[in-house]
Amino acid sequence: MESVVDLALLGLLAVTAIAVVRVRNLVAVVMLMGIYSFLSAALFVVLDAVDVAFTEVAVGAGVSTILALGTVALVGTRQQRHAKSPVIPLLIVLVTGGMLVYGTYDLPRWGQADNPIHGHVAPEYLADHVPLAGQDGEALEVHIPNIVTTVLASYRGYDTLGETTVVFAAMVGVLLLFVGTGGRRGASARGAGGGDDDPDGAS
Amino acid sequence: MMVVGASIAVLVTMGMAMVRALLGPTVYDRVLAVNMFGTKTVLTIALIGFFTGRPEFLDLALAYGLLNFIGTIAVLKFFQFGSLGASGPPPGETESG
Repeated sequence: MESVVDLALLGLLAVTAIAVVRVRNLVAVVMLMGIYSFLSAALFVVLDAVDVAFTEVAVGAGVSTILALGTVALVGTRQQRHAKSPVIPLLIVLVTGGMLVYGTYDLPRWGQADNPIHGHVAPEYLADHVPLAGQDGEALEVHIPNIVTTVLASYRGYDTLGETTVVFAAMVGVLLLFVGTGGRRGASARGAGGGDDDPDGAS
Repeated sequence: MMVVGASIAVLVTMGMAMVRALLGPTVYDRVLAVNMFGTKTVLTIALIGFFTGRPEFLDLALAYGLLNFIGTIAVLKFFQFGSLGASGPPPGETESG
């Protein structure tokens, strides 16, 4: 039954992806991208990646739908038709996808306990994290009750610090972009429009 | 057995909401289709939790329901006012630069 749900979700995902490419009305494309986010979030839950699923819905279906709608409000709702033939890009995509699928044959089998990823540092983290019987918590390296938080905030602390720095820099950049366009548009509207009463005239 | 039937019903409804999102003549059809799809995702997550024997993810489904509601309100407000900053119809010329 679980595989039936997986297949149905993947089929709907494929239909949505093709529709996003084919549909010319950009508002419809934004809505379809929201559906795509919901579908992939459901797939992430099936794959036990609950935190990724939560981020996918909050960012993909929530925030980026709004951002894409804002973009559509600026650029218009019709997509222009391309004159170029899509054969060469399609060929490149197919070849790249084929190479990636070929690359998966070198990977270890999915979900086996003796895969390299499970034998490297994870046992050490787990052994160091869980207090053994008769052992008080003082001997442990990290004193955080949750193992996921331990890995994120302590063992991978520098990684997380870099991530938050990148996110902060991106946010500052986006805010600077908004400040720039708002100032210019306000100035041009003042210069051209004067005292018109149309509330939509500035946008 | 009941969970299987419910899952199939939810998946069929997802397909029908998808058809509406693809064909929908007006914007509001599509908004409604996306909202419907979010609700069906909530139900799918709940059903997956039950037939894999781990219904702990029900709180995730609840949070999805809240996000779906807020997202739909935001999209509709965007269509109404053209931006998310407006708290209502703009009262005339209030430009601050």
